[in-house]
Amino acid sequence: MVNLTVDLGKGLVLKNPVMTASGTFGYGLEYADFFDISRLGGIIVKGTTKLHREGNAYPRLAETPSGMINAVGLQNKGVDYFVKHIYPKIKDIATNMIVNVSGASVEDYVYTASQINALENIPAIELNISCPNVKQGGMTFGTDPNAAAEVVSAVRKAYDKHLMVKLTPNVTDIASIAKAVEAAGADSVSLINTLMGMAVNAKTRRPVLSTVTGGLSGPCVKPVALRMVWQVSNAVNIPVVGLGGISNAEDAVEFMIAGASAVEVGTANFIDPAVCPKIIDGIEEYMEKNGMSDTKSLTGALIL
Amino acid sequence: MAVRSNQSMPGSQYFVLKLVSDSELPEIKPGQFAEVYVEGADILLRRPISIHYVDRQNKELWLLVQKVGKGTRKMSELKEGDVVNVVFPLGNGFTIPEKQEKVLLVGGGVGIAPLLQLGLELKNAGAEVSYLLGAKTKSDLVELEVYSKYGEVFTSTEDGSLGEKGFVTQNSAFNGKSYDRIYTCGPTPMMKAVAKIAMEKGICCEVSLENKMACGLGACLCCVEDTKEGHKCVCSDGPVFNVKDLKW
Repeated sequence: MVNLTVDLGKGLVLKNPVMTASGTFGYGLEYADFFDISRLGGIIVKGTTKLHREGNAYPRLAETPSGMINAVGLQNKGVDYFVKHIYPKIKDIATNMIVNVSGASVEDYVYTASQINALENIPAIELNISCPNVKQGGMTFGTDPNAAAEVVSAVRKAYDKHLMVKLTPNVTDIASIAKAVEAAGADSVSLINTLMGMAVNAKTRRPVLSTVTGGLSGPCVKPVALRMVWQVSNAVNIPVVGLGGISNAEDAVEFMIAGASAVEVGTANFIDPAVCPKIIDGIEEYMEKNGMSDTKSLTGALIL
Repeated sequence: MAVRSNQSMPGSQYFVLKLVSDSELPEIKPGQFAEVYVEGADILLRRPISIHYVDRQNKELWLLVQKVGKGTRKMSELKEGDVVNVVFPLGNGFTIPEKQEKVLLVGGGVGIAPLLQLGLELKNAGAEVSYLLGAKTKSDLVELEVYSKYGEVFTSTEDGSLGEKGFVTQNSAFNGKSYDRIYTCGPTPMMKAVAKIAMEKGICCEVSLENKMACGLGACLCCVEDTKEGHKCVCSDGPVFNVKDLKW
């Protein structure tokens, strides 16, 4: 028998290591026609901010070799709307419903986190200090260890459940950011958010995206993500959640071998809306074949 | 779904892909679309293609597709018996009026695709259907005889090789008859021009928009259109919008 359970600490226990990445799975309900979404280890819902955001102008999407660049810009109706109108619809989904929290200032993050803190059926937040598509805030917090620590410790004071911090790959030394957020009170880190990218239309000589640059995701970012998961898992003692281009069970297993305790699946949901249960089954199969009874024996199993 | 047939239209970049399902087709509204996964095309995302015709008896879904890029070109090479992963039906559809109305369906280029099923269902609902179909040249106006089963067909080509010469908006279809409702699908400048005429005449007008999509389900928020109520997803809030809700 294989035990797929993952305990990320501070009350966040996943029935299996597979969660869906914020911004790629809506609020979960959008995918309910394709599979039983309660099979997931967790659903990380769309980035939520203090106030309503219309997001960026379109075009917001550029397809690239083995990837895509998005420039959505955190379109959402704000945390008060979430609490009043969305939470009641998702609170009884039988998996960990995790809210991705974003902001333009420390006060914004603290406000949103404390509103979510009051929601009984939200066991964790994923603090997004890594969105490349918002001019103010977002990634600026995630690229400097001091700024990252400042926002995490402020949120830590206002939020007493599991605090996961999502890191940006757009830095020279991701391990130093991870250490800073760990010291500031994060319970886990998730990485990577999207890589800053750009697409140009040679015919029109114009940028493809309204914002010129955007966030690159998909299979093309996987080697970068794996490298960073490995570096971070060697640098911190809190659990690492790995994401970046995971499209199948083998990809997920590779992230866990590199040091991830759990994974998130993002862009792959667009290509196969029912990919997640296949990944869950595939991880179980891999563990059975390799005589692993617990996910702990898979995490960090890299042979050097 | 399995490919029943894949027929290219001579002289044009269009082809009609007929897919057969092994189970009963779900309810499909005219104007809804399918997301097609194209294998071996060196592309990542599915391709959103509007549903051309539903042959319920034979469990067939017909797609009229224009070869534009890698994905649609590869799709044009599919052979009978090939298996294709298709997510459908997606999005909303055109409104079918309850009372008998005079309706005009304006299609440009490959935008004529959803108007076939729409015309059929409008006719079944008792509407008096007229088509106005336009393209650059004669060979891009395909299957006209099929459209004519459901209503009168007016045509415009930019080079004058078929029907009236010029854009659809210059077609005499707008001069004689009056309409209760106009539906349009095609290039955005054409739809905007059609919508302008409709608004000037006070006619209710629905447009089917196109945008680059990732999820097709309203989850990723990539394919938005700026509406009077803010950004809305073309995939899940559309692709059909009433012009009065858009900032056109």
